[in-house]
Amino acid sequence: MTSDEFRAFLNKASKPVKNEVEKGAIRKFAQAIGDANPLYLNEEAAAASRYGKIIAPPTFSRTFDYGAIEGMKFEAKGLIHGDERFRYFRPIFAGDVLYCSRKLVDVFERSGKLGNMTFLVYEQTAADEAGNPVVQSKSTIIYRGA
Amino acid sequence: MAMQFAEGDTLQALTKPPVTKTQLVMYSGASGDFNPIHTVEEFAVKAGLGGVIAHGMLTMAFVGQMLTDLVGTEGTLVDFGVRFKQMVRPGDTITCSGTVTRVENEAGGQRVFAEIWAANDKGDQVVSGDAEFLTYHN
Repeated sequence: MTSDEFRAFLNKASKPVKNEVEKGAIRKFAQAIGDANPLYLNEEAAAASRYGKIIAPPTFSRTFDYGAIEGMKFEAKGLIHGDERFRYFRPIFAGDVLYCSRKLVDVFERSGKLGNMTFLVYEQTAADEAGNPVVQSKSTIIYRGA
Repeated sequence: MAMQFAEGDTLQALTKPPVTKTQLVMYSGASGDFNPIHTVEEFAVKAGLGGVIAHGMLTMAFVGQMLTDLVGTEGTLVDFGVRFKQMVRPGDTITCSGTVTRVENEAGGQRVFAEIWAANDKGDQVVSGDAEFLTYHN
């Protein structure tokens, strides 16, 4: 896709996808990143903490399914993750049911030593069942396909 | 007694054990990012990377751990972001740290702004960015 073709999808959002936060998924994630924080792994310790239950590590929300922006299809090969940012409204708890969607918020081009690159900036939101945001994130993905 | 921060303070560093190929397989499974550049040596070589590379999000998770270790259960992580600058490979030892750039005193404690980064064994920054956290919680 060309930058202009990407721009046609600016400010379009995916349909929210229901994601259920499982304590087993949090455990596997914490083990993979090598973080032995008992708040992620130990139900008793988490219950005794101010959180009252297992919480997820701060980058865990990246594992959610945010859905696809309708019609925005391109070869995902060779994508580079440029940057990532998270903003937290409350912790993610084991047992949460979150509704996650993404929106394309910016498209720009740069030329570098790898040739022409298209920068795609997405905003992702994970919201609770009442629609309150739990975590928002912003990702820049670099596309070299066109 | 809550933590006290001042502009210019160095954040308590976190040095992780060397990244392993097994860890990249575990992170692929745990994150759902099955891009073979992280797990399949032949694929990564063919892609011109010289071998498998770590997920940027794994390094960011290390920085996240540095921050959550720092704020503990008393504090609150508000926001953090990083730019991915260099590839991380199996065998690399990553150290995360940061510097306090601004402190705002609030009723409950402090709101702290910091530059953050992760560096490899050679001292090269592999990610860098910024964070905002509270030394208290509501």
